[in-house]
Amino acid sequence: MTSTLKPASTSSTLPSCLSLENVTISYGSFEAVRDVYMDIPRNKVTAFIGPSGCGKSTVLRALNRMNDLIEGCSLRGRVVFDGQDMYAREVDPVEVRRRIGMVFQKPNPFPKSIYENIAFGARINGYKGDMDELVERSLRKAAIWDETKDKLKESGNALSGGQQQRLCIARAIAVEPEVILMDEPCSALDPISTLKIEEMMHELKKSFTIVIVTHNMQQAVRVSDYTAFFNAEAVEGGSGKIGYLVEFNDTERIFNSPVQQATQDYVTGRFG
Amino acid sequence: MTLATPALPSRSLHFNPQLKRNRTDKIFTSIAALFSLIAVMPLLLVLVYVLIQGGKLISVSLFTQLPPAPGLEGGGIANAIIGTFVVTLVASLIAIPVGVGGGIFLAEYSSSGWFAQFIRVGNDILAGVPSIICGVFVYSAIVATRVFFGQSYSAMAGGMALAVLMLPTVIKTTDEALKLVPQELSWGAIGVGASKFVTITRITLPSAFTPIATGVVLAIARAAGETAPLIFTALFSPFWPEGLFNPIASMSVLIFNFAIMPYEAQNSLAWAASFVLVMLILGANLLARFIRRFASS
Amino acid sequence: MVIRSESGEDQFTLRNRPRSERTIDVGFKLLTIVLASLVAVVLLCIFLTVFNGAQEAMASFGLSFLVTSGWDPVNSQYGAFTAIYGTLVSSLLALLIAVPISLGTAIFITENLIPRNLREVIGMMVELLAAIPSVVLGLWAIFVMEPLLRPFLQFLYQSLGWFPLFSSPPQGPGMAPAVLILVVMILPIMTAISRDALNQVPMELRQGAYGVGSTRWIAIFNVILPAAISSIIGGVMLALGRAMGETMAVTMIIGNSTNFSWSLLAPGNTISAMLANQFGEADGIQVSALLYAALILMVLTFAVNILAQWIVGKFSLKYN
Repeated sequence: MTSTLKPASTSSTLPSCLSLENVTISYGSFEAVRDVYMDIPRNKVTAFIGPSGCGKSTVLRALNRMNDLIEGCSLRGRVVFDGQDMYAREVDPVEVRRRIGMVFQKPNPFPKSIYENIAFGARINGYKGDMDELVERSLRKAAIWDETKDKLKESGNALSGGQQQRLCIARAIAVEPEVILMDEPCSALDPISTLKIEEMMHELKKSFTIVIVTHNMQQAVRVSDYTAFFNAEAVEGGSGKIGYLVEFNDTERIFNSPVQQATQDYVTGRFG
Repeated sequence: MTLATPALPSRSLHFNPQLKRNRTDKIFTSIAALFSLIAVMPLLLVLVYVLIQGGKLISVSLFTQLPPAPGLEGGGIANAIIGTFVVTLVASLIAIPVGVGGGIFLAEYSSSGWFAQFIRVGNDILAGVPSIICGVFVYSAIVATRVFFGQSYSAMAGGMALAVLMLPTVIKTTDEALKLVPQELSWGAIGVGASKFVTITRITLPSAFTPIATGVVLAIARAAGETAPLIFTALFSPFWPEGLFNPIASMSVLIFNFAIMPYEAQNSLAWAASFVLVMLILGANLLARFIRRFASS
Repeated sequence: MVIRSESGEDQFTLRNRPRSERTIDVGFKLLTIVLASLVAVVLLCIFLTVFNGAQEAMASFGLSFLVTSGWDPVNSQYGAFTAIYGTLVSSLLALLIAVPISLGTAIFITENLIPRNLREVIGMMVELLAAIPSVVLGLWAIFVMEPLLRPFLQFLYQSLGWFPLFSSPPQGPGMAPAVLILVVMILPIMTAISRDALNQVPMELRQGAYGVGSTRWIAIFNVILPAAISSIIGGVMLALGRAMGETMAVTMIIGNSTNFSWSLLAPGNTISAMLANQFGEADGIQVSALLYAALILMVLTFAVNILAQWIVGKFSLKYN
């Protein structure tokens, strides 16, 4: 089966940031993704693509232990970050999430003011510097400062969907993580907001490692340096499909000369 | 090949129980656990005492005999058991048709009209009226005026007081249950030319049967344990029930009266009545849960 | 036009709606309107009955009824201060104790702190507590809780007796045991409402909080509780209304004294307990005085319920 391949040809030459070693994630007794090996390079944008149900979001959430919040979800294998297996028994998931931030599919600002949305994370991470300055810097990086500078005291919920999502990105940036995970961050947004977020990502990768899940292949081409293609296939005796990693390479290679036939079929729009 | 040297000095990901945030978390989790324990203690303690103190007296005579005169031993609570059933039945016969009908109006005929909103607010206020006030009201309106054939205290008056108490629950349950029925279902019926009456009685109401039944069972269970509306409407009687228009005994009033008597025999009968009443009410609650679970599977 | 079947005859005999069906339709609608209106009629009747009955006492005692504490059937002098004070103090104190307990329990059974099975068992036990009749709790309070509590109350009196709230020796029934039994009675409703409120906080908000590195309780205090606060406050007010109107258990354990005392260890009274004890045997102006007290109770519970809805409306605007 292709899934047992180690498609790490490119990334092995680069400093890696997160390594997945034989990762299998299950919901209860049902396996969602099986046997994933992958080295995610530092300070690059890595995109996860694939048909729905292939487990790409599940893998993304595994990278900062967000799956802990879902009852019955368990992981086998190792996810190595900074030389440590983040699923080891003695690891504190809170510590992991402070260093690996996340932006979600649906914008989810806290029911607090715009200012507090940013300051909250910084404060709980023990930020001792000038808070006003940090709020401004984060909002600027997320390209939303101009729209919000006059209403920092207003509720984050009063913003439009696209603005809310950029606020959530600013919130993630503010705690200065090493990695930012983005789970289909533009799926609920209009084209103009999407464009703004994509432009911003080119800036952000200078300081952060970014992993983004997207179902929009053009978006993967536009923003990412590396692309991982996931697929799902039915297994004998099992109910439902199990996801696996088909191929992981330069975005260029994935879209122009993929090794696997399934990748070729998917990127040329023959299925999924 | 997997690991490159990190750019920053490595920070441990390990859980550190000494950190202030982890210590506070542990403290609050323990407090929440302690509070949960405190919250379930009363149920356990009450059940244990009711089972022990009341269980002692469970015998055939408890269900077949009248309570003894003050100072005497033995006897049973048969009249109070019958009385509780009679009064609750009267209340149900009044409150269920009125409540279901009112609920149908709210959900099906005028869901957002001003009158329906007015009735909903009124219903919430009625639900908040203290139960003792229901008793005071029925006493003044029915007992003191002797409207039923010149009788004052009566099973009928007690049933009516309980009905006032049940009504808001039944209306709210029906209203909410009907609103949960998918609109497509009634559109389908109306689409083949069914009248509104037929649509409601044959399609909408049956599909909302389970939640309504659950709510009604719970309302009946609650009414069966109520005391305050009965103490000066149905009053109490040490004798067998003599029809709907005479005072009647009930388990809840018996518990109240016998608990504060200085005789041990009466006190034990109060515990025995509590046992029977609690078993009935818990049984009804479990029945309601069963209906819900059975319907959802 | 009528579509004929192959036999040439229309077999759908009811294509033209008969008059009887239309009559049933209209009649049914009218019936439901009448039944729904009954709610308003009953509510109005309750208010008018109590208000009319209270007229005589209102004329004789006026507003000083609210602040005088004598209750003297022999000389027909009545003041409801003892009962009003008892109603307010017992329910507010009960609330003060029950809020943290129920909120802690609600958090414990919603925030994934323990396995699901255990959460469901705790939730079910709290729900079943709500089903235990008030009169049974009263019986239990008289014979079990109060004797257990007495040494502790005795200790309070001996060590804090200089403080007005503990300034009398405990003698069995009294305000303190009544407060505790009220706590037991309002715990289930407050836990249930808080639990529903917490369950309705969107998962995304929790993920957001944990995503920036919150610990569980940072997330609970800063994000989850603030998002649920309006419903929780609504539940607290609803419970306050319940506590003020609660009758049986309180009547059985509060001691029903018409003499005023600041002490929580002394017997006291509430409006509903006074009604339960005296209304059946009262006559003359005493009935009117009791109905005057009942009117006050109605106004209090009504105000609390309205306030509850106002708060829920005001806060939910802010967060949704």
